[in-house]
Amino acid sequence: MLLIRCPYCEEERPELEFRNAGEAHIARSADIAGESDDDFEKFFFIRSNPKGIIYERWRHMHGCARFFNAVRDTVSDKFLMTYKAGEPKPAKLPGASK
Amino acid sequence: MKKYSVFAIAREAMRGHKGWEEQWSSPEPKKEYDVIIVGAGGHGLATAYYLASVHGITNVAVLEKGWLGGGNTGRNTTIIRSNYLYDESAGIYDHALKLWDGLSQELNYNVMYSARGVMMLAHNVHDIQVLKRHVHANRLNGIDNEWLTPEQAKEFCPPLNISKQARYPVVGAALQRRGGTARHDAVAWGYARGASARGVHIIQNCEVTGVKRAANGAVTGVETTRGFIGAKKVGVVAAGHSSVIMNMAGVRMPLESYPLQALVSEPVKPVVPCVVMSNTVHAYISQSDKGELVIGAGTDQYVSYSQTGGLHILQHTLDAICEMFPIFTRMKMLRSWGGIVDVTPDRSPILAKTPVPGLYVNCGWGTGGFKATPGSGHVFAHTIARDDPHPINAPFTIERFRTGRLIDEAAAAAVAH
Ligand SMILES: Cc1cc2nc3c(=O)[nH]c(=O)nc-3n(C[C@H](O)[C@H](O)[C@H](O)COP(=O)(O)OP(=O)(O)OC[C@H]3O[C@@H](n4cnc5c(N)ncnc54)[C@H](O)[C@@H]3O)c2cc1C
Ligand SMILES: [Zn+2]
Repeated sequence: MLLIRCPYCEEERPELEFRNAGEAHIARSADIAGESDDDFEKFFFIRSNPKGIIYERWRHMHGCARFFNAVRDTVSDKFLMTYKAGEPKPAKLPGASK
Repeated sequence: MKKYSVFAIAREAMRGHKGWEEQWSSPEPKKEYDVIIVGAGGHGLATAYYLASVHGITNVAVLEKGWLGGGNTGRNTTIIRSNYLYDESAGIYDHALKLWDGLSQELNYNVMYSARGVMMLAHNVHDIQVLKRHVHANRLNGIDNEWLTPEQAKEFCPPLNISKQARYPVVGAALQRRGGTARHDAVAWGYARGASARGVHIIQNCEVTGVKRAANGAVTGVETTRGFIGAKKVGVVAAGHSSVIMNMAGVRMPLESYPLQALVSEPVKPVVPCVVMSNTVHAYISQSDKGELVIGAGTDQYVSYSQTGGLHILQHTLDAICEMFPIFTRMKMLRSWGGIVDVTPDRSPILAKTPVPGLYVNCGWGTGGFKATPGSGHVFAHTIARDDPHPINAPFTIERFRTGRLIDEAAAAAVAH
């Protein structure tokens, strides 16, 4: 089980309190009905599914109930950092060389 | 290839078993092949086998980063059934089921297909409606599936707890008698032996690290840890790693990879005569011929390539198993493991041509592709050989996620199997 740091509660809590909410930084179009089929497919179905660093959303379901973002390595499952929803994708990752 | 038979066993017994030959050869990779298959799991090996046996294409290499059958093929709980809801799924899974019957003879290799019956339990009104809908839909497609009362379910599987006091009472069940299990390793080994005997090169410890394309976009071969290997046709059959390899060719896939776990108990005398599944309590169980209870758990909730999985996932499954079968509460679990499964948004596989000429993909089998191994290899070989899908796999395109023509088994079969 993972230990996840909620950036709102500022605490590491067991995974059971959280719900994963998929890849982060996928913006929903303001004009969803006007999207082309190609763009809608990209938004709705296509995922980067990286073997390595993933940016993903989590929700602290059984805590503060808020959504936030995390950076995790999908090979080791180690979290590099978590940050609040709405904050930009971090340019530099702690402990990462590039 | 020397045929296995009772006479071969007798002959070898007489001379100290010194005459058995290797089941497949391990040649050095050539510079170029007609077809390269990436991934020596059951699906990849079956594809190579049928390319050779049905289409006469034998200049084929199967490239495997580890050892053959070491992926999900060797990690799954071997449940075989074809009672899927939609016509397209019924088509492909029942095509596979028909091939299972007779596969041992075809391969001259005992894959131990055992049609012991797959029983899916209903615990509430919703389950009854869903499972009865499956029974009717299956019958319309000529697939056997029948409805059982709790008493009939218990008769079919005596250790089942059908007490009304159970936390998840059994209120009925759907039974597919042709469903069952097979020996997963033997499936990989049997196809490997058959393919190798027809001239296919199986190259283990050879990881594909890049997909090369010509100026016109067409595939020219793959980069590997053993150098560049050319081919005008490349089939990607890499389960949890399919999207990683497709990315090398510049194709982004509607796939996410999750760890899926299973575990086995200490071996005991025969007690579970069939396969029992419950989507609602999220557990399924069968008994191997060695006597171990084989128990399947769920996936973790996040994308991962760790090939492990959280302990709480297993605990949740064992809670459910103990409710369904109180006699197992004191059994010891011996081993648990995980595999990385590639899941599509509609939970149906993709077996198709891709936007890249010469590149084909067979993936997205997620938590339930073992059962489809023979059928999948058979129609995928057709797709590669003819550069055109077989009618059975024609609906399983990548484009369906753009057109909206999904094969939405997600709601129909949300549990791991
Ligand atoms: C715990 C568990 C239980 C399951 N239970 C069932 C069940 O009961 N019934 C059922 O029908 N299905 C079940 N499944 C699903 C089933 O195992 C898979 O759908 C099926 O095995 C996929 O077959 P495959 O041949 O495509 O995959 P694999 O056997 O995983 O083969 C893919 C191969 O590709 C190789 N590869 C990956 N990347 C590269 C690379 N870069 N270069 C070269 N090779 C590469 C891998 O090493 C691997 O050997 C289960 C899966 C798991 C994990
Ligand atoms: Zn919180």
